[in-house]
Amino acid sequence: MLYVAGVDVGSTQAKAVVLDDEGRMVGEAILDVEMNMGTAAQQVFEKVVANANLTPDEIAFTVATGYGRYRVTFGDLQVTEISCHARGATAEFPRTRTVLDIGGQDTKAIRIGEAGEVVDFAMNDKCAAGTGRFLGAASFALELPLSELGPLALKATAPVKITTTCTVFAESEIIGHLAKGHRPEDVLAGMHYSIATRCASLVRRVGLTPEITFTGGVSRNAAMVSLLHKVLDTPLNVSAQGHFMGAIGAALYALDHARAGTRHAAALAEEVAP
Amino acid sequence: MTTGILVAGIDIGSTYTKAVLLGTSRGVRATAIRRSGYKPAAAASAVFDDLVANAMVAKEEVTYIATTGYGRYMVPFRHAQITELTCHAVATGHHFPAVRTILDIGGQDIKAIRIDGMGRVRAFRLNDKCAAGTGAFLEKTARYLGLETGDIGAYALRSRKPVEISSVCAVFAESEVINHLASGVVPEDIMEGAIVALGGRAVQLMKRVGLEPDFALAGGMTNNPAMVAALESRLGAPLHLPPNGLGQLNGAFGAALLGLRRVERLLADGRAIMPPSGEDEFKALRWSTYVAQSASPAISA
Repeated sequence: MLYVAGVDVGSTQAKAVVLDDEGRMVGEAILDVEMNMGTAAQQVFEKVVANANLTPDEIAFTVATGYGRYRVTFGDLQVTEISCHARGATAEFPRTRTVLDIGGQDTKAIRIGEAGEVVDFAMNDKCAAGTGRFLGAASFALELPLSELGPLALKATAPVKITTTCTVFAESEIIGHLAKGHRPEDVLAGMHYSIATRCASLVRRVGLTPEITFTGGVSRNAAMVSLLHKVLDTPLNVSAQGHFMGAIGAALYALDHARAGTRHAAALAEEVAP
Repeated sequence: MTTGILVAGIDIGSTYTKAVLLGTSRGVRATAIRRSGYKPAAAASAVFDDLVANAMVAKEEVTYIATTGYGRYMVPFRHAQITELTCHAVATGHHFPAVRTILDIGGQDIKAIRIDGMGRVRAFRLNDKCAAGTGAFLEKTARYLGLETGDIGAYALRSRKPVEISSVCAVFAESEVINHLASGVVPEDIMEGAIVALGGRAVQLMKRVGLEPDFALAGGMTNNPAMVAALESRLGAPLHLPPNGLGQLNGAFGAALLGLRRVERLLADGRAIMPPSGEDEFKALRWSTYVAQSASPAISA
């Protein structure tokens, strides 16, 4: 049996999947990136291989992607996260023409052609507004885990308008609203709305072509999904594996190489060694 | 009992609330500083209490209260509110008539102001939309390095080889700081790197109002020797700093100076200084009372 791995080293979390030769997921792993991206990549790789009940030698090909892909020392190939998200999204939703990926530190809108190729993309990578970090600020100010933000925001009855763009200032704005007696769910709904409108304008920069597939860690947030639906006025495809979409795309690239018979770099190295 | 007129200037900033009490001779009678927190009105009232306590006078002895800063409208016991641009211009012009360009780095905004020889605002540029280029950028970096705001300057001065911080966004700079720490860069080189980055952005803003010398720095950054050095090196010219620790109090000092001018004008016109609306603990002061008080021997030290 042939196995391949995709490792997506993001700014906040490292994700990894193992696929078999049919492209079925046989293992997944996720880890918070703390100090060192290279270490996080190594650990998430070891974890995913263990989760798949395999040993590292059984992985025929590994593709690394994400912000920290160049810190991955053990992989065979690096592919940009744009290509990987596009690949992962079209594999699950073949009619995808636009991908919106909201990650921890950047947001990308990708336009995809008829053959699944990347035609254009726009990125928000200079400023944390409109990225997962905006929710990170809310999580910090409200002292709630990220996973509870979406469900709580859905309970809002009178959303508060968040006026600051900057994530740093938004943190103080949240605390200010709470001090004035606004309810956390209403403040949170405002934060979600602010991200949704910013992401929507990013999507419009590449052209809003249905179908839209929403990927990245923030795609697990139900409030964000429903707000984006409202703001973009289009339903969005959301995968149960949305968080792993970059890693899945990377693993699919790895599968291409493995099927084409590209040798494992480590194996090649062993051959040349005396 | 009072020795003439007392005017308070209160500058309610995003991070700190500052107050200055001036006497008729324009001498500083007392100062007070507190964190603004999330209730600017409460902070202003508390800082005013500190101010009169420091001056050892009663609240009702304060003739006039002028407010400035982003929370200037939130103080119910004010006579007038003045924009901080005017306050910085007047205060700086008072100390240094040769200054033409003022830089004020606040906790959540940054301003470059061009003034004329009379301390009047001629042009200004500000950034209050993004934390890059404001004090928040340094505070974030310091927080990651486990430093208190007050220690930033002294700490950064130890740096021998400042590292380059290339992220503009204060949030992304955080990850850059973590990466630098992980690759073994010493914290003082990271702190100094953040100061150099902020200094560069500040000088860019100053260029947009013309960069005419002399230059002055106002705001809490005047307490940060590393920031002053970084700005002077980028400008290639010295920076005037408000004397006697008035740097962070520059806006409040300007508000008090303008308040005092207004009081003198009103009294000279024979008009009364009414208590601020909504407050009855401040008594109306008339010219006759002022003259009578000025003529009476001073009791307070």
